[in-house]
Amino acid sequence: MVADSFDFIESKLQVHCAEVNCLQTVMPWAVTRELVTKVEDVTDPKYGCRPEERSPSIQIKYGMVNVDKPPGPSSHEVVAWIKRMMKLSHAGHGGTLETE
Amino acid sequence: MLPVALEEATKVVQGFLYSGKEYVCAMQVHADVPEETLRGVLGEFVGEIYQKPPLRASVKRETRKRSIYRLEVHEVDGRMVLFTCSCQAGTYIRKLCSDIGEVLGCGAHMRELRRTRAGPFTEENGLVTLHELSLAQSEFEAGNPEPLRAIIKPMEIALSSMPRIEVRDSAVDALCHGADLAIPGIVKLDSSIVKNSLVALFSLKGEGVALGRALMTTREILDQEKGVAAKTERVLMDRGRYPAMWKH
Repeated sequence: MVADSFDFIESKLQVHCAEVNCLQTVMPWAVTRELVTKVEDVTDPKYGCRPEERSPSIQIKYGMVNVDKPPGPSSHEVVAWIKRMMKLSHAGHGGTLETE
Repeated sequence: MLPVALEEATKVVQGFLYSGKEYVCAMQVHADVPEETLRGVLGEFVGEIYQKPPLRASVKRETRKRSIYRLEVHEVDGRMVLFTCSCQAGTYIRKLCSDIGEVLGCGAHMRELRRTRAGPFTEENGLVTLHELSLAQSEFEAGNPEPLRAIIKPMEIALSSMPRIEVRDSAVDALCHGADLAIPGIVKLDSSIVKNSLVALFSLKGEGVALGRALMTTREILDQEKGVAAKTERVLMDRGRYPAMWKH
């Protein structure tokens, strides 16, 4: 009788763990997104510009660089260096790499 | 790797700061542990964990919950363990290693760490060394923008893993002035928007216009004809690129 209940609990636990594991394997960046249309509309080519067609100076202004960070300097120092080198008004990074 | 946002693009950082991270880590354990035990203990750290930020941390030292999506051991060589960790933003890997050491009973510490992903940015998509960047910059200053153009990615990439809403030309300038997004301005939207989630507002040309907080679900937006769908939190685009229809 006792052994039976243990088996029962064990089987429930396994099912639960499988579900939890299944949830955890969906990484936030791997979520597939779908668009639905509310209304049909077109954009006027007179205004704005597709991101890939920006002029070099605008491209910099709205741009990002994926830097291969050298291990020595901190993320902050790397950003400060880029800012000075490219003569930018500001620059920022997405979170620090925790090594120090 | 370190994704660096230039000038106006610094505004998108908020959007991907909280997206997942992936690291390759070398950890040293402080005693000889059978590989099976080691793999078993690492397996226990997959899922939701409690973590107290380390002494030297940039956040308040308060135990908090963090998700570990995946821990994959690549190699065990004596007391050195090489593994990949996919985790929620704000997970301290140094702390993870010492906590693994605690569970093992013998202690462990992080020897080396390399980030391989920050949200949509990975090591595979065009990693640039500082040297390459400075060469491209001098070419740019000498009148050849091509090398720099090849290196710089549009800020919109940082928004690619967020739910998005595409708006009409006539709604863009109002958003640029900080107005909230009303339903009549919406053309297309993500199929699974939940209330209070951060959404990226795009023009029909695929330009990032603003970041907003959803006030309605996808269903509500599709079913209703008026009302505020998203509260504008951060404007990305300069004013005046699209006509100011809202002034009339």
